[in-house]
Amino acid sequence: MHATTTMSPRRVAGAYLQEIRSECLRYLRAPGFILPVTLFSTVFYLMFGVLLSPPGSDASRYLLASYTTFGVIGPGLFGFGASLAIEREGGLLTLKRALPMPPGAYLIGKMVMAMGMGMLVVVLLLVCGLTLGGVHLPPSRVLAMLATGALGVLPFCALGMFVGTLLKGQGAPGLLNLVYLPMAFLSGLWLPLRLLPRPLQAMAPVWPSYHLNQLTLAAVGVGRGALLPHVLALAAFAAVFLALATRRLRRVG
Amino acid sequence: MNASHPPVAELVGVTHRYGTLTALDALDLAVRPGELLALLGPNGAGKSTSIGVLLGLVRPQSGRARLFGADPQHVASRRRIGVMLQSAALPATLRVGELLRLTASYYPAPRPLAESAALAGVDDLLTRPYGKLSGGQQRRVQFALALCGRPDLLFLDEPTVGMDVEARQALWAAIRSLVGAGCAVVLTTHYLEEAEALAQRVVMLGQGRVLAEGSVDALRGRVGLTRIRCLSDLDAAAVAGWTQVAAAQREEGRLVVTTTATEAVLRRLLDADAALSELEVRRAGLADAFVELSRQDREAA
Repeated sequence: MHATTTMSPRRVAGAYLQEIRSECLRYLRAPGFILPVTLFSTVFYLMFGVLLSPPGSDASRYLLASYTTFGVIGPGLFGFGASLAIEREGGLLTLKRALPMPPGAYLIGKMVMAMGMGMLVVVLLLVCGLTLGGVHLPPSRVLAMLATGALGVLPFCALGMFVGTLLKGQGAPGLLNLVYLPMAFLSGLWLPLRLLPRPLQAMAPVWPSYHLNQLTLAAVGVGRGALLPHVLALAAFAAVFLALATRRLRRVG
Repeated sequence: MNASHPPVAELVGVTHRYGTLTALDALDLAVRPGELLALLGPNGAGKSTSIGVLLGLVRPQSGRARLFGADPQHVASRRRIGVMLQSAALPATLRVGELLRLTASYYPAPRPLAESAALAGVDDLLTRPYGKLSGGQQRRVQFALALCGRPDLLFLDEPTVGMDVEARQALWAAIRSLVGAGCAVVLTTHYLEEAEALAQRVVMLGQGRVLAEGSVDALRGRVGLTRIRCLSDLDAAAVAGWTQVAAAQREEGRLVVTTTATEAVLRRLLDADAALSELEVRRAGLADAFVELSRQDREAA
């Protein structure tokens, strides 16, 4: 009997990479996930930001930001929440917990997948905006958009993860949509906030999507005010939902 | 076997309750190096909870669990085990080879991919997406994932459910060869013939406690039951009322009598029915022993 239970750092890193690779591959091969998540926001932008807005207008720049926010939330909520709910029901999570998978690899795999998808959404929207929408962005702003997309996914991963611990199986996407769509509306992602009733405007900072939208607006150059409060608000959302989700996972598995 | 070596997995006085239901009741269980231990028992006997505690999935409310002398919740102690659970929906879009590579990456010194695939008989499936496989093929892939880390202890939870006879025989052969190479196995199964075919030691659980343990032969011997089958017109209900008869019923047109006093009951049967024919007497199987032990346990309770 051999007794090797220590793993070289190289092999541990390899396990994380395999987990990330598998998580990305399985979703790239799942059109039912990848198409709605990437195309929803792109199609909306093409309709409202390109067809119904004059090229190069403020509207087309503003909508590029808000549909980017809308599009980036999707991979976080659904990539994390829906898959967690299904894997809890199907027993995959149990198997992974029984196997000597490095702790955290499961979550990091999903996180990297969601970040990659978030960047893909941003790239698709940027291509539409910079060509068809006639929006001009210097390279620094393009990079700011990509970074906002990649990091902006994270609070929604945490929120999705929490929703994924509330119920098992195929019911999760429905519940996630009940969170996703009203939250997008109430954060001014579809209609500018000033067109909403005052009480709803006042309530907007409750939603994490509102704060992410302030960052994407700033990235395309139409934002105002300090960014740090929004970054802190998003970090706090992420921390709270991550804590709630891990606590529930530990209790209910 | 290897009784002097420390156990590879162990439960010591483990009690676990779900609400008012006691799943494990001060259970002691030890798996010795290299042995094939079958864990049997009806639903609710505590098999799944025992396995869950040994795998670190369930933290016991009292008592302790050890894997290779360490806490099963530490990832390092699980690097020497392989796991095949009763149900695990693996990602449908990943190919078999990709699943093997991923699972092997969790272990310090895994088998080469081709070796794992050959042992489990999935070498021809490596490029197929998991979701496109039949139920039996998926079970074989799960078995390949269980053994790919070169484990010293393998947990197989109902491994042959959904397999046809040929696939089951092939899996049994693979399990035997792993045990031959020194790997200990904890097997739970509803198929008692599976335990009879494979197990060196059987632990029967009931209501979270060990009802009996020992080799298959010892357990059969312990209940000392014999099955008498014959062609006879005698009324089964009447025979069941005879002293020393544990049970009597009709099965496929034959009279089947279970008893602990074979000779006396045989004599009485032959006296009662001169036309009795096709007489068959054999020692009770694990299934009969199991029913009898559960019955004794209920009566004692």
